[in-house]
Amino acid sequence: MSGGTFVGMPAFPEAAREAVGDTTLRANLRHATRTIRDKRAKAVAELADWAELREAGKRVKDHTLRHLDHYLVRLEESVVRAGGTVHWAADAEEANRVVASLVKATGETEVVKVKSMATQEIGLNEALAAEGIRAYETDLAELIVQLGDDRPSHILVPAIHRNRGEIRDIFEREMGSWGRPAPEGLTDSPGELAEAARRHLREKFLRAKVGISGANFMVAETGTMVVVESEGNGRMCLTLPETLISVVGVEKVVPAWRDLEIFLQTLPRSSTAERMNPYTSMWTGTTDEDGPSAFHLVLLDNGRTDTLADEVGRQALRCIRCSACLNVCPVYERAGGHAYGSVYPGPIGAILSPQLRGTRSEIDASLPYASSLCGACYEVCPVAIDIPEVLVHLRERVVQGGAVTRHGNRVTLKPAKGHAAERAAMRAAGLAFARPGVLRLGQRLASRTRRLHPRTLPGPGRAWSAARELPKVPAEPFRDWWQRTRGGTTEGNGK
Amino acid sequence: MRVALFLTCVNDTLYPDTGRAVVKLLTRLGVEVDFPMAQTCCGQAHYNTGYRHQAEPLARHFSDVFGADAYDAIVTPSGSCGAMVREAYPRMGERARAEGRGGGLARHLAPVVPKTYELTEFLVDVLGVTDVGAYYPHKVTYHPTCHGLRSLGLGERPARLLRAVKGLELVELPGAEECCGFGGTFAVKNSDVSAAMGVDKVRHAESTGADVLCAADNSCLAHIGGTMARLRSGVRPVHIAEILASTEISASTSISASAEISASTDEEESPS
Repeated sequence: MSGGTFVGMPAFPEAAREAVGDTTLRANLRHATRTIRDKRAKAVAELADWAELREAGKRVKDHTLRHLDHYLVRLEESVVRAGGTVHWAADAEEANRVVASLVKATGETEVVKVKSMATQEIGLNEALAAEGIRAYETDLAELIVQLGDDRPSHILVPAIHRNRGEIRDIFEREMGSWGRPAPEGLTDSPGELAEAARRHLREKFLRAKVGISGANFMVAETGTMVVVESEGNGRMCLTLPETLISVVGVEKVVPAWRDLEIFLQTLPRSSTAERMNPYTSMWTGTTDEDGPSAFHLVLLDNGRTDTLADEVGRQALRCIRCSACLNVCPVYERAGGHAYGSVYPGPIGAILSPQLRGTRSEIDASLPYASSLCGACYEVCPVAIDIPEVLVHLRERVVQGGAVTRHGNRVTLKPAKGHAAERAAMRAAGLAFARPGVLRLGQRLASRTRRLHPRTLPGPGRAWSAARELPKVPAEPFRDWWQRTRGGTTEGNGK
Repeated sequence: MRVALFLTCVNDTLYPDTGRAVVKLLTRLGVEVDFPMAQTCCGQAHYNTGYRHQAEPLARHFSDVFGADAYDAIVTPSGSCGAMVREAYPRMGERARAEGRGGGLARHLAPVVPKTYELTEFLVDVLGVTDVGAYYPHKVTYHPTCHGLRSLGLGERPARLLRAVKGLELVELPGAEECCGFGGTFAVKNSDVSAAMGVDKVRHAESTGADVLCAADNSCLAHIGGTMARLRSGVRPVHIAEILASTEISASTSISASAEISASTDEEESPS
């Protein structure tokens, strides 16, 4: 479903080609992203101080990231003081091992889960399954993905690529093998689908002794964890089980309770276009006879401190996972989330995945190019991540290599394979452009041979002429006209 | 006022009509235009594809050519090349400094950055005109290209200029602010997605009933226009400079003018 199946993903252009040709998928995505895009714009426009909130959120995140070591230590102290236990995980494998051993220590073989990007990122469900532990997703969309043996394709709405009819079929087919089956004669009405999921999940909530969550924020000063959600299933997972294990990326820490006032305004408006999300759950350690009696926080690095070492790329760690950039991205809308080969799709995924995972695989090396650099993502980002800037920066890393931090060490990357011809062409163009005479010669040559120009191009240019007519080369480049007519004065054009 | 026309390598090579239109328009408005012959390319294709180091000498060359005190402004009929100078050049300077190469590049590029204007920006902000005395009897829809829209923040300027054109009916383009899918090397590297975006843009343009789609960037227009030609669309792409340069006199003589340009070489020349 997640993690493991992403290995061996084809490069983005190939993965996207299939999605572009899938008319159902495109219709589902178009409908969903456009609806939420318009709603977001309205919700944001309601606040007169949006620009200030955005700047404030950016500053809090930047400040925290700059002093991440300090705030994480503070967080650990606060969590321990409140009765929790803190575990540090350097990578996915370590995090999975910690969680599996914590679950095993309870003697349980099943857990309920709140929707969590961090656990998707590390492939926790698969790792637990390998240890004989079954993890039940309780978020409606995650449930759809899990039952459909599918992969999430959106940060906020993992099943955005599915329509109601498909969901009905999945419920009818799969629910029985995971627990309570779907009711007879289930239709595709949203109310019926939600009710089927509610009944299916309720049994699990009431039975489970272990809950697993992520968190949207961690407050260093109090050790408080925060989950914002729409359905209330998260609150069930956080309060009903005896043991709660929260796996959270280190970048989610904020210094103080007060900082939440910014993000609890910007996050819901950016993600679901709501003024406030329906459920905001906060938990601080353990409390006698109320909620879980054991609380474990697994702090996940998995490439984050390496990312932090990069001056340009580190801004990706400001991300609060609102998914506004996905919803506004014309590339995401057409390519779909699966093409990005990561639990983080869309523009943020295109800059986050190649930083967290490196650019060694084909898919990761192609992600920085999965954008037309239109800038719509930057415009809507509530923490002002300049995604186009980071994309260009990562493109440089792909084609030219350079120094990066990997596992805490500075290493020099070689340029990715497959760019030699492009690099040579760019170098040649650069040399030509450095000499106006060479450019002019090329222009004249193109003009004189214009009748011989093919209507289709060879090599990489074929991709252009497959879908578009080529522009016609004019009889005379501008500079020749300028010189011939002395700036247009002898042709009457300047009058 | 003396301005240097930064035409861009794409316009110079493939769209000389746009350059002639800018010269005609600015001259009509009393501006002295020079075309520095040594100009080549701003380096955007290199920079945006990841070849920043190869873009640096091109940026230096740009600054050598256009940085002269003799020019009050540098004007370009391309939002994206304008954004390259205004947004990416300072960034390149910062990066060079961060890499321990001193402030040399930043200092070298500094003179050209604030002097560079996209054409519509120059008309409205510097010359202070919205009615440029143009006549263009067509139904037109305007596509705000991404760099013009978001990097330069052209906002309402192009629409204000177009509304003041005599005979022109401006119709709103649905999904106007959405990228057409060009994106430089993106059009080739992610051709399927790019083409799908282009088709949607063309369909939106068709839905307006306009006969012309105009924009302030010929590279986007090459992509949109190439898609229009492939789809045999009834809409044709025109650069905004060519609309603003048109007058009642030129409208009546344009056939002979374009015939003169193309007569000797190509009898197949078509307006698009």
